[in-house]
Amino acid sequence: MIKIKRATWSIPYAAYLFVFVGLPLVMIAVYAFTDKSTGQFSLINFTKFFSAQEDFHTFIYSIEKALVNTAICLALGYPAAWILSNSKLNRSSITVMLFILPMWINMLIRTMATVALFDFIHIPLGEGALIFGLVYNFLPFMIYPIYNVLKKMDRSYITAAEDLGATPFQVFTKVCIPLSIPGITSGIMMVFMPTISTFAIAELLTLNKIKLFGTTIQENINNGIWNYGAALALIMLVIIGLTMLITDSDTNREEEAGGLI
Amino acid sequence: MSERIIEIKNLSKTFDGIKVLDDINLYVNKGEFLTLLGPSGCGKTTLLRILAGFTIPEEGTLTMEGNDLLDTPPHLRPLNTVFQRYALFPHLNVFDNIAFGLKLKKLPSDEIEMKVRKVLKMVSMTDYEDRDVESLSGGQQQRVAIARAIVNQPKVLLLDEPLAALDLKMRKDMQIELKEMHKKLGITFIYVTHDQEEALTLSDTIVVMSAGQIQQIGTPKDIYNEPVNSFVADFIGESNILNGTMVKDKLVHFIGHDFECVDKDFGENVPVDVVIRPEDITVVNDLSKAQFTGKVKSCIFKGVHYEMFVDSDTGNELMLQNYTPYAPEQEIGMKIKPSDIQVMKKERLCNTFDGEMTASDEVEILGGRFACPETGFEAGTQVKVCVEFDKIDIMDNQDEGILEGEVHFILYKGDHYHVTIQTPERDFIYADTNDIWDKGDLVGINIKAEDLIITKADD
Repeated sequence: MIKIKRATWSIPYAAYLFVFVGLPLVMIAVYAFTDKSTGQFSLINFTKFFSAQEDFHTFIYSIEKALVNTAICLALGYPAAWILSNSKLNRSSITVMLFILPMWINMLIRTMATVALFDFIHIPLGEGALIFGLVYNFLPFMIYPIYNVLKKMDRSYITAAEDLGATPFQVFTKVCIPLSIPGITSGIMMVFMPTISTFAIAELLTLNKIKLFGTTIQENINNGIWNYGAALALIMLVIIGLTMLITDSDTNREEEAGGLI
Repeated sequence: MSERIIEIKNLSKTFDGIKVLDDINLYVNKGEFLTLLGPSGCGKTTLLRILAGFTIPEEGTLTMEGNDLLDTPPHLRPLNTVFQRYALFPHLNVFDNIAFGLKLKKLPSDEIEMKVRKVLKMVSMTDYEDRDVESLSGGQQQRVAIARAIVNQPKVLLLDEPLAALDLKMRKDMQIELKEMHKKLGITFIYVTHDQEEALTLSDTIVVMSAGQIQQIGTPKDIYNEPVNSFVADFIGESNILNGTMVKDKLVHFIGHDFECVDKDFGENVPVDVVIRPEDITVVNDLSKAQFTGKVKSCIFKGVHYEMFVDSDTGNELMLQNYTPYAPEQEIGMKIKPSDIQVMKKERLCNTFDGEMTASDEVEILGGRFACPETGFEAGTQVKVCVEFDKIDIMDNQDEGILEGEVHFILYKGDHYHVTIQTPERDFIYADTNDIWDKGDLVGINIKAEDLIITKADD
């Protein structure tokens, strides 16, 4: 019998990673650093981005909207997760399910339904509708990791804090919030990063009037401007990588990680 | 007279219809080390949680230095708790954990620093300030938990089985340190444990609890030497609990012999329970000087002493502790000093139930209908029913009995077992049997018609 080394089992996964993750990344980098007309190494795509007023503004605008969206999701999501995880306030797991349920439906369909709904009750589409759509789509991604951390949190910490003289408010700020930081960072990553690159929500809910950075990339790729599009995608990747690095430094305690990432 | 710091009166607490604390009355003296001792589920932790403010009782009062405590939320009570599972904050290091309470009080940071260093020294954890609490061993976490509580200088320190998670050697060391700490700090300690040895070692006062009620309050010596009932005698240390008769003052009859004792005022020929500690039965080599004889059944080396089981000449099994071993089958003579015989009034002499006649020859007790001899009472008559302990038939199968129940407590009485059976409605039935049952066995109960002694209930 032929002995198969344990490492051999990893070959399909390694191959998959190479073809669908490694190779595309390399190709993005190659395209980004290549001049379309000459085919030579060049930084022209990047200089174009920083000098092209419109695209740079879209980029800044997207980050702004992503920050606003994340802040609103956190402000709405934390109390929701708190209530859901508290057995005194919420006795059934069905309520949790109801909050998570929208995630089961395709984002495009949900957004199109929102457009139809806004149309029906005569709410103009535009920036307000865009923010609503973003919050509506990403809120469950904020609630779930925070809910997970709060649910797993040992209630004896709360008891201990009360015993040491903390008022209910102090218990919340000095124990509950610090202990749910891993869930909060998970939630922020789940909301902030995808918001920058989203394009369908912006297209549908603003009737293509407002562009997010994702839209810019999509348009360039669609129009065959691959090299410039690749450069934009690379810039976004770097930004996402940076946010992960920043948030990751706080979440080195594995057992308390949010559960989604 | 020492000053009372905490007074508890008529305290009761029910969880889901089950009474976990039933009319608790207790006071705690200032500066004493008081232990709440009992098997799991006796209500000791609930009582502690009520003191700390995490559980609210339905009835009763709780005062501390004359002030009502029940209306005070936990964070305003001048008590601190050392939790069983420590509950150290994982997001804070050792220093910040201990400083948590002080920072809430907004003390100046140099004062906090000084106080934290002082308690760290007290619990021998100097140089651990910056450590992550999760990197500490169980014993070290325990020390930090104690430091975190005492740094606030509470008037009363509550300890909920703080040593339960430690290994034996460490537990012994921590017991000594806790005792030292109690002496040094001079604050009142209320300690919860199920470990009787720990309670005896540490306490000034022990409160023995069972099934939500206080069984006995006393010093460790009192509790050990003079248990008030068979539960306490059985729970604290090893003991022989035997049926006996108080013949007259200072003379008690048990295991077929008369013994001199020091107890009196029981009356003449009154049935009693007799408790003999295994170390109080002395073996005498000269058989003629013995009070009674017996044959050694087994002899096991226990480290400090030998534990022997002996069948007495009258067929009672006794447990002895001795420093010299005797071979099985050997005849030995034994003696018991009068002061080592602890005589207790029997809590009950037979089962008494309130019942109702359903026919002149059928009675309903505890929800079951039993045939009984013709009484001449009409159906509907309220009656008292008396059944001797040894007349209760215990069946293996719940369906075979008229009543059903669960074995709740078993007491070996030298030649038989005294079994307490709890019915689903939480009534108790007491039975004497030679069969061996285990705690938690589900059993059926029958009583023969002729064994029901029925009298009309007093109006």
